[in-house]
Amino acid sequence: MKYLPLVWAGLWRKRTRTFFTLLSIVIAFLLFGMLQGTNAAFNRGVEDANVNRLVTVSRISFTESLPFADLAQIEAVPGVDHAAYASWFGAYYQDPKQFVFSFPVDPERYFDLFPEFKLPAEQMDTWKRTRTGAVIGAGLAQKYGWKIGDHVPLHSTIWTKPDGTSDWTFDVVGIYEAPQDRAQENAFFFNHAYFDEARSFGKGKVGWYVVRIKDPTTAAATGAAIDRLFLNSQDETKTQTEKEFQQSFLKQIGDINFIVTAILGAVFFTLLFLTGNTMMQSLRERIPELAVLKTLGFTDRGVLALVLAECLVLCVIAALVGLAAAAVLFPMLKDVLGVVSLPPQVVGVGLGVSVLLALAAGLPPAWRAMRLNIVDALAGR
Amino acid sequence: MSAIVTLKNVVKRYRRGKEQVEVLHALNLEIEQGDFVAIMGPSGSGKTTLLNLIGGLDQPTEGEVNVAGERIDRLSGSQLAKWRARHVGFIFQFYNLMPMMTAERNVELPLLLTPLSRAERKRNVATALEIVGLTDRARHKPGEMSGGQQQRVAIARALVADPTLLVCDEPTGDLDRQTADEILHLLQLLNREQGKTILMVTHDPKAAEFASRHLQVDKGQLADAPRVAA
Repeated sequence: MKYLPLVWAGLWRKRTRTFFTLLSIVIAFLLFGMLQGTNAAFNRGVEDANVNRLVTVSRISFTESLPFADLAQIEAVPGVDHAAYASWFGAYYQDPKQFVFSFPVDPERYFDLFPEFKLPAEQMDTWKRTRTGAVIGAGLAQKYGWKIGDHVPLHSTIWTKPDGTSDWTFDVVGIYEAPQDRAQENAFFFNHAYFDEARSFGKGKVGWYVVRIKDPTTAAATGAAIDRLFLNSQDETKTQTEKEFQQSFLKQIGDINFIVTAILGAVFFTLLFLTGNTMMQSLRERIPELAVLKTLGFTDRGVLALVLAECLVLCVIAALVGLAAAAVLFPMLKDVLGVVSLPPQVVGVGLGVSVLLALAAGLPPAWRAMRLNIVDALAGR
Repeated sequence: MSAIVTLKNVVKRYRRGKEQVEVLHALNLEIEQGDFVAIMGPSGSGKTTLLNLIGGLDQPTEGEVNVAGERIDRLSGSQLAKWRARHVGFIFQFYNLMPMMTAERNVELPLLLTPLSRAERKRNVATALEIVGLTDRARHKPGEMSGGQQQRVAIARALVADPTLLVCDEPTGDLDRQTADEILHLLQLLNREQGKTILMVTHDPKAAEFASRHLQVDKGQLADAPRVAA
């Protein structure tokens, strides 16, 4: 700590240059925070995937429906413990911008397969008895101020009723919580029976099946056994683990990880040269000062450490400011990503990157400072 | 009095391109503790090289350099750095202060290499600044001070760690006559009152008059001038 004033003084020798370098690093880390946060949010479902669950979808496309009759056959496959089904409802509330993740499901089956969703037993009972009943996540309820007893109209972009309208009304009968991951509290579940009866097409079909297996080590074999059941039928299936399913679902949007890595790679590559150049310029201007430090008794390694410390202070402070700004701005993406705050691991990785950046940008000038010959430097040679 | 500096058959050669240039030729010298030595000579005669060897900034090509009881020609780079921190205070022609740091922070620099606590460092810095008469300028940066004041700060920095030897390279070369005399009086005072051994390279005969001993360096060789009465 006693060297901090010396490090700080060296850093701010050219205030304007240091300020603009700092600013560019801040912006780079703001970008890092937002993009990595988005990436982490997208991958959250993959990381949190349950190893006991398989997902069976149509082999043709995820958007193709499967017959409801497959359920009994799937449950009869050895190794399968239980199965449920769901469909994509594709709805919004009042405004197309207010998208609601909504799914018709069998209440008991679905919530049995997803024990991470906590719903009071009496609310489950009411839901089972209420044909138009819907159970919503606590986050969604908070967002729109919905409460039990409310009538909620949703407009589906896919499903029409026989009268040609796409407006569906539901009665909120329960609010579930997902204590392990609050980001999961944004879904809207309602009775498949009501949906199947009221829709104008696609009756007797479901979007996909979720299968719980008895032993996760048999996932591949059980999945293959399910797919064999429907081989050469009109509705061939593709069964994957929940993790594989999440990954393939994300790839339909695009390889987010690759895009984020490519953008950040380009940004930090440029930043490396910018910071490195600033440090090198700063070093060239201070050669006599560094020679004086050596004259006073600072060792070669001590001078190397001082220059590296300058770069480290610059990069880490800028990274902290940039990541703090990202943490403030990130919740604005809550509606898109369903994640309420910047994941802490993004901040951790960001700080790690800032240290690496400092070492990479600071090492060449620090090495040169270390090798300075006092006599030559003092003589201006 | 015992010799604080002993040079035996010291040769210094530099490589300039493809050529080897011998700057000092088999030089022998003894400087006693408490001496105030002025080293004079024409440009390129080797006086700064001699000063650099005694101050541990450079190593001889041949010969022995014994300063403050240690063979410094045998020390490694890092050993020499630590030795300098313990034994030598440097004063340069152009002050060489850190422009972004206040006078007290500049003076504190050599103490950062010691195990002294912050309070002890602060106390020593205050004492050094008091000796050079700059207590009231402690919080000023070099750019806010005159040349004479900056050189006083440099002297305080050289003094603060209580070195065995003060090494001054043209300490008044950038100052007007009056300010130069003030600085030289201060150095003389440090020599007489505090017993500091001072080696000063100068071109200025008037500056040399403040020293108790004159060394004349010419073409890499030494001609000991007569001792001046204190």
